Amino acid sequence: MPSSHDWINKPLGVVEAMFAQSNSNPEWEAKVLEYFKGQLREKESHSWVPSLNDVPLHYLKPNSLVKFRCLVQDMFDPEFYMGVYETVDPSTKANVLRCGKYKDVTECGVDLNSRNTVTAERQTFYCVPIPGESPWAKESYGCSSQARVVPSTSYVPSRQKRSYEEDDDDMDTQPQKQREPHTEPHGNGDSKRQETEAPSSQTTAPSDCSSHLDLNFPLPGERGPACLVKVYEGLDSFKLNDTLEIYGILSVNPVLTVLGEEKDPSLLLLNPTESMETPEEQRAHDPPASLVPRLHMLYARPLQHNNPLLPSAPTEDQSAFVSSFLVEMASVRAELLAYLTHVLLGDGLAAEYLLLHLISNVYTRRDVLPLGKFTLNLSGCPLNSYTERLYQIVQQLVPCSYRLSMSLHTMNSMRLVPKKDYVANRLVSGALQLARNTSLFLDETQLEQGQLDSSGVRNITALGNLISWQKVDYDFSYHQMEFPCNINVLVTSEGRSLLPSDCQVPLQPQVTPPNMEEYLTTIHMAQFTSQINKFRVYLSLARTLDYSISDEVTKAVEDDFVDMRKDDPQSVTAEDLHRMLVVARLLSLSLGQTTLSRDGWMRAKHIDMLRRSRTEQQKSLNGNEP
Amino acid sequence: MSSPTSTPVGSKPSSDGLASPPSQRRRGQDSSNGDLPAMPTSPATDIASPAVHDTSLFSSPRRSVLPSEVDMSSPLIGVRGTPVRQRPDLGSARKAPQVDLHTELPSADGAVASEQAAGQKLVIWGTDVNVGTCKEKFQRFLQRFIDPTSNEDENAGLDLNEPLYMQKLEEISVIGEPVLNVNCSHVQSFDADLYRQLISYPQEVIPTFDMAVNELFFERFPDSILEHQIQVRPYNALKTRNMRSLNPEDIDQMITISGMVIRTSQLIPEMQEAFFQCQVCAFSTRVEVDRGRIAEPAVCRNCNTTHSLALIHNRSAFSDKQMIKVQESPDDMPAGQTPHTTIVYAHNDLVDKVQPGDRINITGIYRAVPMRENPRQSTVKSVYKTHIDVIHFRKTDEKRLHGLDEDSDQKLFTEERVQTLKELAAKPDVYERLSSALAPSIYEQEDIKKGILLQLFGGTRKDFSQTGRGNFRAEVNILLCGDPGTSKSQLLQYVFNLVPRGQYTSGKGSSAVGLTAYVMKDPETKQLVLQTGALVLSDNGICCIDEFDKMSDSTRSVLHEVMEQQTLSIAKAGIICQLNARTSVLAAANPVESQWNPKKTTIENIQLPHTLLSRFDLIFLMLDPQDEAYDRRLAHHLVALYYQSEEQIEEEFLDMAVLKDYIAYARTYINPRLNEEASQALIEAYVDMRKIGSGRGMVSAYPRQLESLIRLAEAHAKVRFSDKVETVDVEEAKRLHREALKQSATDPRTGFVDISILTTGMSATARKRKEEVAQALKKMIQSRGKTPAMKYQQLFDDLRGQSEAAITKDMFEEALRALADEDYLTVTGKTVRLL
Repeated sequence: MPSSHDWINKPLGVVEAMFAQSNSNPEWEAKVLEYFKGQLREKESHSWVPSLNDVPLHYLKPNSLVKFRCLVQDMFDPEFYMGVYETVDPSTKANVLRCGKYKDVTECGVDLNSRNTVTAERQTFYCVPIPGESPWAKESYGCSSQARVVPSTSYVPSRQKRSYEEDDDDMDTQPQKQREPHTEPHGNGDSKRQETEAPSSQTTAPSDCSSHLDLNFPLPGERGPACLVKVYEGLDSFKLNDTLEIYGILSVNPVLTVLGEEKDPSLLLLNPTESMETPEEQRAHDPPASLVPRLHMLYARPLQHNNPLLPSAPTEDQSAFVSSFLVEMASVRAELLAYLTHVLLGDGLAAEYLLLHLISNVYTRRDVLPLGKFTLNLSGCPLNSYTERLYQIVQQLVPCSYRLSMSLHTMNSMRLVPKKDYVANRLVSGALQLARNTSLFLDETQLEQGQLDSSGVRNITALGNLISWQKVDYDFSYHQMEFPCNINVLVTSEGRSLLPSDCQVPLQPQVTPPNMEEYLTTIHMAQFTSQINKFRVYLSLARTLDYSISDEVTKAVEDDFVDMRKDDPQSVTAEDLHRMLVVARLLSLSLGQTTLSRDGWMRAKHIDMLRRSRTEQQKSLNGNEP
Repeated sequence: MSSPTSTPVGSKPSSDGLASPPSQRRRGQDSSNGDLPAMPTSPATDIASPAVHDTSLFSSPRRSVLPSEVDMSSPLIGVRGTPVRQRPDLGSARKAPQVDLHTELPSADGAVASEQAAGQKLVIWGTDVNVGTCKEKFQRFLQRFIDPTSNEDENAGLDLNEPLYMQKLEEISVIGEPVLNVNCSHVQSFDADLYRQLISYPQEVIPTFDMAVNELFFERFPDSILEHQIQVRPYNALKTRNMRSLNPEDIDQMITISGMVIRTSQLIPEMQEAFFQCQVCAFSTRVEVDRGRIAEPAVCRNCNTTHSLALIHNRSAFSDKQMIKVQESPDDMPAGQTPHTTIVYAHNDLVDKVQPGDRINITGIYRAVPMRENPRQSTVKSVYKTHIDVIHFRKTDEKRLHGLDEDSDQKLFTEERVQTLKELAAKPDVYERLSSALAPSIYEQEDIKKGILLQLFGGTRKDFSQTGRGNFRAEVNILLCGDPGTSKSQLLQYVFNLVPRGQYTSGKGSSAVGLTAYVMKDPETKQLVLQTGALVLSDNGICCIDEFDKMSDSTRSVLHEVMEQQTLSIAKAGIICQLNARTSVLAAANPVESQWNPKKTTIENIQLPHTLLSRFDLIFLMLDPQDEAYDRRLAHHLVALYYQSEEQIEEEFLDMAVLKDYIAYARTYINPRLNEEASQALIEAYVDMRKIGSGRGMVSAYPRQLESLIRLAEAHAKVRFSDKVETVDVEEAKRLHREALKQSATDPRTGFVDISILTTGMSATARKRKEEVAQALKKMIQSRGKTPAMKYQQLFDDLRGQSEAAITKDMFEEALRALADEDYLTVTGKTVRLL
């Protein structure tokens, strides 16, 4: 057993053995990749690999294989490294060829003038944990990895266990816990004194670190390791904001930090390589390895979804899973609808629309037009923390979400759009740098009257662009660059939202609970975890289904549209048809139907009509008010 | 070792011996040229430091050369005493370890070089470059190369049928700027082998070129005085064009890449040679920089005191250097990735040549330097630092100043691509094909798409500055107005994504400043910097302005100048300038009353000043046609949008790429001119347009409309890839223009097309009726006899009672104003007085 896990514990050994066998035949590189891919393809094997997301960095062995679930936040410039180099063995004085791939540092005595040196190219990606990942998703990922044990070292599992318990409540204290063993020799066993001293250092140290080093997370208040991933193959296949599960060799060599920090001002003038980087740039590109580890990528799997409850890889497992779930689909939908109706204070129509919104997805783009987006504006929301509670419920259902409270202050001060910082040469992240299918909850009820300054106007424009075109224009100072995205935007507001939306539903509460907080908490508590888990699977799965429209139904839809126009050309426009087609699509998918039926179309028409009559009613109400 | 291996680099003791110029002149030059740091100063000190002859020029890093191998003692060195100037751009600063060839290398490697003993062909170690042949070839190139088809702006004023570079040498002798820019593609077409050597071994070949050109130059112009010897600066190497495609194979080769400057550093004085003096015996010595380091001599060779030597800064030699960061230009990038940056070093006179924001083409040598070895550490980072030592800068936007077409030389089309484009152009229905390929997700609106298509192609640029008219606008401006939700914004977005220099702004969010240009104080340098806005940025492109009607008046007013004169004048914070803004404007406007009112004219519906409206060539209404057949087609189109398969979508994407190239090609290479028939047809069309109106006593066409017609006809000829504007083009231009007019300039009261709606903001009938009301009012007042003052309200009621047609308050007030203009009455508050 232990030998079979060498590929996890000592991957570099595997790489080097293959390199030594190869006799400089360049095919060895492909063989290495094939080997690791093969190992990971084995059943369950990927769950044996410890994950950077769950296990604190200091519990991981350097140079072992780890995985990391992340979002590509920035792509640095490609760098050239010594793929193969020659060293002189000090004992035998013989020249030895060594492999520099998957390593940050070379061994001693490199012969820089050797003719056998092979220069190769690699690129560094700055990766952060997936922004806005819901606590339940994190937990669930952690639990699934609980099963795996690193067998070669007996002490690791126990530590791991401890780390899970602490994960949720006190992440802050962890670095200190780790520091203790190091300080012990100095303290000469005066354990009591240590205990009293430790807390004081605990409070200062983390804040120091964070102010010193901005880890550049898209969302405020995020935690977790950021990672510099060295990518060797398939550079063009990766894009910014991709969500990946990366398997690679962990490198935390302290030399990296020392080299970065050692700065001799007198050398700066003479050495051109040192003077080209500003301190900011150095900090951004060579942060201490203890804070931002390096990961040498061996294999990366793009994540189609970030739901731990669904089988991850598109294998036979998954299709079996899907077909088994399809049977239940309609019943789960009914339960979820009932749940959401309760949450939305008894408003069934709004619940229906919320459900459709939660499974919406930009499935394709026609020139500039994103198809399938379904931004919902829930107007008439009760004030006083109702929206906050509503968000918490949404967060319980989807794997990634973020609530943006649109108060004047946040709109004016927050950075939504990522911006290139040319001094540090990195992309400074913004709150709109989100992974695909993240639920963005815009809380407009928080907006009060007042003045938006220029950055506020820019932020509102960015939100408008996001909703209308599903794109974010990143600010590159001299020009803007457009990045398409796929974010579900839900706007809650009192009146009609100032932002555009695909569909507005005025909320009509059927019940007015005296204590809103209590009401929502009881609803939430009433659900079993297994039930909630079903909802989660349902929402993620419905989104991935294929969909088509038959010619016959196409014809019917066309006829219907012509008829509607005949009756009242003013009220039904191309825009309305667009929306109804999306509603029909989502409605069919929500029932697990992959083709549009005539019934499905009628239903879509029906609920859209209900919604419209409600909006018009609202309008006339408002018209009478002043 | 101490043989006079004179290379163009560095100080050579032999130069004085060989040349015998009047020493006065030389000294005079020396004092006037303080920026020549590494010039030989006194022969005495040179002799004192014989150990440090620099031959690294002829070697790449990690390669070595035995000086005596390279026979370079040609007579040109120090020709007529013109000093040699160091070329740090070629990497002389980083010197390779000097290795004795015979001891170090196996005989196989030395074989080529060691033939020198027999007086045979020599090649520079590690290359296949023979100095003599290479020199000869290059001289032949200079003397013979003729490029009759050259259209580069640099060659302006030169006789294209004479050897190009000899003329340039002549220019150098006149102007005195000792730099010769050589287009690599010229070298390639003249001698492919020489070109290959230049690309592969720039470090060795360029100095050889330098020698060759100097020999030639001083032979021809023996009396000219130059600051230093001529340096050859090759550019336009075809090796690499894109920053993304740089790879380890390009190291130490000459490359050309394009990009945008994002940051420039302060000037860095780089020490080339350190001057040490012994504190004890005042003995001095010089040490050259070796790979970024100065090895301080530990022992004085004169008095043998240890650690007595001190660095004397004032007598050390420095050269200028600047670090520049260049970022990939947005057009070169694959979607979804971030742009790459590259570090570039500029040396000597190339320092401060570029500013952040400039788009440039850089020719230089790509370098990779291993990270500094640290003696205290056993391991090193296995990463190289890469940069480019620049040899030549070429600003791409500089060309704009010359008024040449931006896209020339920029966009290269492969033969096959051109072939497919030409095949497409030969099809009779190319116009329809292209217009339907435009924004396929937007349904029908064929004429509008055709109009936008013509706008994308644009007219022919003409220059009438000789006759005082200035530039003649070639860009077509289009305004789309109509009901909200008729996919106007979508059309704008599509166009913005299609054209390389498109800008998209919304009238609501943009201010005059954001559109034009603003002055900003650079926080670092405290320098005032002119930041350009959307209109200037879209020079030679299209500026899409959404919600045109929501724009503030002051913002709109800047458009007046842009849309006719195609320039932007700025007078702000002490900066007064005129910028080019040859942009087409594609604007979209919503009607004031949310829904288009068919009973009102265009002007009344969108409330835009007619002065601005008349600057649009085409104004289209995007209205809901409300017709069953249309609805059916629309529904079909939309439903198809939602269920079409992947392949069909693929197909369309291909179309967009083809369309892009087609437009770029036509804009670059096709410049149609009117032929006789077409001009005749245009004249007729114009006369016809005028005639229509004159029958009813109104003017229906102005010269502006004629200009529009010409532009549209030219654009249509471009669509056909035709160099001549023919009658078909004029026909289509007429049809489209009429179509647009029919939509936008129809007088709702009479149903006639009336151009004065757009030019004066009021239809002729409306004007006539205004006059009638005024006359009626006057008559009524006169009939009352002598009543010097009347109540306003009463007068209004009386007039309404009297008149058959309904009179609105507006009309009444207008009539009063008209009468006041006649000095018949005055209105003060609520009373009307006769005069």
